[in-house]
Amino acid sequence: MTIKKFMFVNRKAPYGTVYALESLEVVLIAAAFEQDVSLAFLDDGVYQLKKGHSTKGIEMKAFEKTYGALEDYDVTKLYVDEESLAARGLTADDLCIPVETMSRAALGKMIEEQDVVLSF
Amino acid sequence: MKFSILVSEGPYTHQASDSAYQFAKAVLAKGHEIFRIFFYHDGVNNATRLTTPPQDDRNIVSRWSKLAEEHKLDMVVCVAAAQRRGIVDEGEAKRNGKDATNLAPGFRISGLGQLVEAGIQSDRLVTFGD
Amino acid sequence: MLNIVNKSPLDRGSLDSCLQAADGGAILLIEDGVYGATKGSVGEAKIKSAAGKFKLYALAADAEARGIADRMMDGVTLVDYNGFVDLVAEHKTCQSWL
Repeated sequence: MTIKKFMFVNRKAPYGTVYALESLEVVLIAAAFEQDVSLAFLDDGVYQLKKGHSTKGIEMKAFEKTYGALEDYDVTKLYVDEESLAARGLTADDLCIPVETMSRAALGKMIEEQDVVLSF
Repeated sequence: MKFSILVSEGPYTHQASDSAYQFAKAVLAKGHEIFRIFFYHDGVNNATRLTTPPQDDRNIVSRWSKLAEEHKLDMVVCVAAAQRRGIVDEGEAKRNGKDATNLAPGFRISGLGQLVEAGIQSDRLVTFGD
Repeated sequence: MLNIVNKSPLDRGSLDSCLQAADGGAILLIEDGVYGATKGSVGEAKIKSAAGKFKLYALAADAEARGIADRMMDGVTLVDYNGFVDLVAEHKTCQSWL
């Protein structure tokens, strides 16, 4: 099968809308298709990775654990925009999984190298 | 060139479905091929044949069905997103014990693999959403 | 890369993010995104400050629908849906800044 570079660009916060959750479902399928998958988090998308989600009070499924399971699907390329983190008073230590942080410009270059860019 | 289109919003609330439709028509008019149109998130609501807009408004759902019929388009509705939002064909109704179906002609319900495959097989994948 | 922006810069940050992060190429404004290229607006200022980095296009049908086709800033090329298709075809990838 053809292997393409799939980049998932996550710019939306979790729970307020369904995009983060349903995006993650596509990521897992793309990984199952053995594609070259990477994820970019910028803007409010970085909130998806904030650790310590506790969704009992809103009766929604917490999917923080899924990010941790990405490694089992050989999805290891997770890139986070450091300017987006800083703008939200966050650092990489606040995130639920280890990621590579980089500047917006570097992230933009990374996106430029992809074959398929999906943003939800 | 081979195009695929992802529609992430339902009809009427967002312009996404209208834009995707106009884009799809232009793709075909220019002689390109559409490999697949995939409906995800609230986009699955584009596939309910129970839609009844006022007579002076466009019928987004039947417009998609007509385009699919005229050009033999493959229009796929994500099964997981459809189940969440109540878009049902006969197979799904049987499997999940539902007493009705509402999938419009020209659409079929299938898995997210169809979206990934569209990304692999197409030269271009264009997303319309919010 | 063809960057597609469909939101007004006064409503969402997608134009800002696109201008800051995208590595050049073209920007096509569609839907409410077309407000971003109106003369005298904050969008014009933002786009001008990224001067020269991007080729700028706006979907004519969306600008016309909103009564702003004659208010487009200098340097914006209005395209129809066929032009939209051509832009997608000309660029290796496209990204919708949703």
